[in-house]
Amino acid sequence: MIRRYVMYLFLLCGASITTFPFAWMIGTAFKTYKEAATPSLQLFPSEWQWHNLVETFQAAPFGTYFKNSFFVAFVVTTSVVLTSMMAGYAFARLDFPGRKQAFAVVLATVMVPFEVTLIPNFLIVNRLGWYDTYAALIVPWCTNAFYIFLVRQAFMGLPSDYFDAAKIDGCGHLRFLVWIAGPLVKPILVTVGLFAFLGSYNSLVWPLVVTGTDRMRVVQVGLTVFSGAEGVQFNLLMCASAIVIAPTVVLYFVAQKYFSEGLVGTGLKG
Amino acid sequence: MPNLMESRALGWINRIPAVVDTVLAVCDDLLERMGGNRLRDLPTAVLLLLPSLGLLGVFGLLPLLLAVYLSLFTGKGVNMQFAGLANYTRALSSEEFWSSLLNTFYYALGTIVGAFLISFVIASVLFRLARGRGFFRTVYFLPYITSVVAAATIWRVLLHPYAGPVNVLLTYVGVSPENLPRWLLEPKGVLHLLTNGAFPENWGPSLALCCVILFDIWHSSGFMIVILLAGLTAIPRELEEAAVIDGAGWYARNRYVIVPLISPTIFFLLIMSVIKAFQAFNSFYALTGDGRGPYDSTQNMTVYIFTNLYVYQRLGYGAAVAVLLAVAIVILTLVQWRYVGRKVHYE
Repeated sequence: MIRRYVMYLFLLCGASITTFPFAWMIGTAFKTYKEAATPSLQLFPSEWQWHNLVETFQAAPFGTYFKNSFFVAFVVTTSVVLTSMMAGYAFARLDFPGRKQAFAVVLATVMVPFEVTLIPNFLIVNRLGWYDTYAALIVPWCTNAFYIFLVRQAFMGLPSDYFDAAKIDGCGHLRFLVWIAGPLVKPILVTVGLFAFLGSYNSLVWPLVVTGTDRMRVVQVGLTVFSGAEGVQFNLLMCASAIVIAPTVVLYFVAQKYFSEGLVGTGLKG
Repeated sequence: MPNLMESRALGWINRIPAVVDTVLAVCDDLLERMGGNRLRDLPTAVLLLLPSLGLLGVFGLLPLLLAVYLSLFTGKGVNMQFAGLANYTRALSSEEFWSSLLNTFYYALGTIVGAFLISFVIASVLFRLARGRGFFRTVYFLPYITSVVAAATIWRVLLHPYAGPVNVLLTYVGVSPENLPRWLLEPKGVLHLLTNGAFPENWGPSLALCCVILFDIWHSSGFMIVILLAGLTAIPRELEEAAVIDGAGWYARNRYVIVPLISPTIFFLLIMSVIKAFQAFNSFYALTGDGRGPYDSTQNMTVYIFTNLYVYQRLGYGAAVAVLLAVAIVILTLVQWRYVGRKVHYE
């Protein structure tokens, strides 16, 4: 009995350390400038300054940033789920010459640091005439080797009897993938989708490099520019951070149910 | 949604897979007559793999080759000249290169060991809970889903030397103002600071680098907890109960029953975290403003590459260092695969 209380106490301590920065962010976001800049341990403002939200949106074009981020993240997520489902299925279920070699090449690209390909990628995108366009922000990210690997693992875990049965009934690979295998690995597809969205929405360096105008900026770049600006007020900075974080938290709560299932079924056991 | 898909207007979409399958079946048939069994799936495979392999080729492999090519040149812009391996020898004999590599090692060691120990303890406690597991898992996962930029912005305020709550707290417990740590602005080594100067100032990781490490432990532990928990849940309960009946204590149960059983999960996490630690950039950049930190004391390999490319515009040199880093990552991964992978226990 006591042991259980100790366990909960321990977990609560951990949880408060984990969430303290968020609490501080929200508290500071709605303080007055003077209160936010005064050294104190006061977590919450003496009076909540809700108008800070409005001021933040006026201080920088966060509306445009959000529109860009959401559009880019939405297209990237959809494409990543589709491409990793297709490629994952091909690597797991189809037999063709060069399958092993192709898969090894795909896996090898996971190990290449992003910084290595940053400049050449920038040159390629520039050559294509994509500088400062949505295409530059979206196209290079429409597939991901690691997610192909995850989805492949999930497809490998399906009994091959399913496919044999479907084949006898006259079902080809594509129909099997869309109507049977795809829905069976839905949790992992949702997980991949969630990670793809987070990866796109939270990315910083690439958008920083390939966009140059406010019109094309995404939220992370916007926040970096905002926080690097001279004399930015603490409270508005925290308010901007809260605004940037909010959508991902909402999305996470929506996708949660599938997400934990997805990780159990990823075949991470080997 | 289903109703819409079954309506007359959009119903044809449902038939696409079947139609394509029919076309593919004809191709299959032809290929089978020409070349036998292994070619049968080829048309389907080409169709399914083309988008991914095309994109990975253009934005993954081509840039890699270009990086290797660029690394053989020196100079800027149109004045680039072929220089052979000069960039590589320059990198390997540069002090900054090795100190960046050392910082990368400190960071990898600190984040992987730290995050793993914390996550393992929390996951094994969570695993034994009857109630509240979902709640805690959600809470612990929160930092992982927040953007590094936003989270780093918060931490910069928390660790602010004057107005940050951490130092305010330290003042309350009696630390005098001149002894307050400067956290992210402190280039001196932690060992030097902790031992009151028994170690030289430039020995070991700087306090600023340790702050980046702590930040990343905070930011990434949630992911490890969730994965470890998934691995633990897959262990049959009877095995641990049997160990308890045999009189195994806490350590023995973990060492001889639990760890071997979840070793595939641990191995996966290890491989992924090493790759991630060697590629870390965002947290350095967002926490210190330029990634380099005070007196370059947080500069790791990726920051060094970034600085060379963007601040000094040394494309060739930056590319050479990047290629060296990629080689280091590949070697490390292969070594782990060979020597650690062998100890992994598969059922």
